[in-house]
Amino acid sequence: MPDQLLFAMEVLLNGLMAGVLYALVALGFVLIYKASGIFNYAQGVMALFAAMTLVGIMEGQVPFAHLINAAFGTDLHVFGWQLSGLVGIVLTALIMIALAWAVNHLIFRHLVNQEPIILFMATIGLAYFMEGLGDLMWGADIKKLDVGLPQGINGWIDTVTFDAFGYGFFIDNLDIWATVIAAVLVIALMIFSQYSKQGRALRAVADDHQAALSVGISLNFIWVLVWSIAGFVALVAGIMWGTKSGVQFSLSLIALKALPVLMLGGFTSIPGAIVGGLIIGVGEKLFEFAIGPMVGGATENWFAYVLALLFLVFRPQGLFGERLIERV
Amino acid sequence: MLYREAGDFKTSYEEDSQTFPIRFDRLAYHGALVVAFAIVPFFINDYWANAVALPFLIYAIAAIGLNILVGFCGQVSLGTGGFMAVGAYATYKLMTAFPEVNIFFHVLIAGGITALVGMLFGLPSLRIKGFYLAVATLAAQFFLVWLFNRVPWFYNHSASGQISAPERTVIGVPVTGPHTEAWATYLFCLVFLAGSALIARNLTRGATGRKWMAIRDMDIAAEIIGVNPLRAKLSAFAVSSFFIGIAGALFFSVYLGAVEVGEAFGINKSFLVLFMVIIGGLGRIFGSLAGAAFLVLLPVLLKNTLVGTLGWPTDLAAHLEIMIVGALIVIFLVAEPHGLAQLWRITKEKLRLWPFPH
Repeated sequence: MPDQLLFAMEVLLNGLMAGVLYALVALGFVLIYKASGIFNYAQGVMALFAAMTLVGIMEGQVPFAHLINAAFGTDLHVFGWQLSGLVGIVLTALIMIALAWAVNHLIFRHLVNQEPIILFMATIGLAYFMEGLGDLMWGADIKKLDVGLPQGINGWIDTVTFDAFGYGFFIDNLDIWATVIAAVLVIALMIFSQYSKQGRALRAVADDHQAALSVGISLNFIWVLVWSIAGFVALVAGIMWGTKSGVQFSLSLIALKALPVLMLGGFTSIPGAIVGGLIIGVGEKLFEFAIGPMVGGATENWFAYVLALLFLVFRPQGLFGERLIERV
Repeated sequence: MLYREAGDFKTSYEEDSQTFPIRFDRLAYHGALVVAFAIVPFFINDYWANAVALPFLIYAIAAIGLNILVGFCGQVSLGTGGFMAVGAYATYKLMTAFPEVNIFFHVLIAGGITALVGMLFGLPSLRIKGFYLAVATLAAQFFLVWLFNRVPWFYNHSASGQISAPERTVIGVPVTGPHTEAWATYLFCLVFLAGSALIARNLTRGATGRKWMAIRDMDIAAEIIGVNPLRAKLSAFAVSSFFIGIAGALFFSVYLGAVEVGEAFGINKSFLVLFMVIIGGLGRIFGSLAGAAFLVLLPVLLKNTLVGTLGWPTDLAAHLEIMIVGALIVIFLVAEPHGLAQLWRITKEKLRLWPFPH
């Protein structure tokens, strides 16, 4: 096989893996949007916040150490314990649930029946708040996150492809794990929403708020539940991206990468988020590979948006989105 | 007692449909104009001009522009930063290509160019709506910034990739470049703000503005009663981008002097201007001014308090600052989703009855 084709195939596979990570972030958006009609811009910052909290808990950092030191002249840094990844993840998940409760009770309960744009703005405010909070609590330096996921080139794929084509594909172990975990997460979410009582209530709320209320489903509970699940998805996404490239501010920008994924897949569809993620991941990697060098590179910043934009002109509700029927 | 309509009889249609029907409001408005044009320039110094006055004036123009699109026509846009960049780069190209033309016209033409670009990116609004459109405008944001970063023609092949404004004068007084004085730059921006606010106010209460609002309230119903959605939406995009382009041009040439596109016109700028519009009040020209003033003054105040008075490290103050800004936005939305303009209106309603509310 010609080299170019092999390179393209490798790029394609890596694009698929990146797409899975985009899909993971997009999933959090879809969950909240379906259940409450809130377009949650803070999803990316939630991932950052979750990853920061996880690192902080595992390293035993004192929260707000910088702030306390500046205000009282003390010199606090760490509690002096090291926790394993699993304990850290459980504690962080609890914090995300507490956060979900706080977000619902302090903000969105008061904004029921407001226009979507106002809700959207509130989530941007929330994103700013959490970004500042995370930095204040745990410090703004780049942190290394290691919960014990394997990293580095996958030797097996390298050998097999080298034997088959005479060229070893470079696939990161972490990406493979991310794919597996994302798949498990999606299946678990689907089983949850199909077969559990809360899951059915969730779908009922997504379908029609008022009808759900009238059959005795507590909207508040459902919203806290949805924000908790979204927080958990954010935690998983935060772990994946944090392990890959360190826990730092740029992590919150993956939310922006997830937006075109949502447009492609439709804001209301979980399978759409997955398929959209894969299309965007593969598309932008292949475009950068094929066209990027001709136009000066770094096309990844905008390609996804332009692709989604062109796509929407032909299908305004995305691939799997619900068809909008408008009445006057 | 002063704030009354009673006894203020209108005897012509012009008087009846004026922007400030109450005499006290009219006086306050003219007073504010006199203070802004004739008194402030004598007292303004470099610190006040650069920290408060210029950012306020420029962001207010951008906020008025975005308010026309979001608040009056209901098309949510997150591409403001990109459109400001178009204005900035258009002035730069014009300033360097035609040095003999007055900078005043360069800024206006830059606004016109931005209007064309805005219409181009507004085309999808005919097919897609709501959040899909908001995300689609992000395409403009990222694509334009990338374009200005990567195509050397836009920054005249300069080695640093930056653009910097050469010195240009208006009636002999430099307004751009290194030798400007505070009052000159202040007045230059103020003229544009006053013009923009006047045009925007009169556009939005005329036929054009009513068409925009009909589209905002329900586009299908508007179409049925004879509003052409193509014209209404694209004209909103054009007018909005025109003001945003002017703001971008002033931001680059008068305020910063030299910009690097990703830094000055990134996605954060889009959000900042959108915040101004929302905190000020959607669909209110006064709201845009109030929102811009609020979000320009707030960081300055916070920084002065935390760093200046309490002596905290700057990075800590910066984190606390974004946290407070975020919290304030949320609190504002919870307390008064219609923004500062609504608070102002409630105050005026109360003032009319004061001191005998029953």
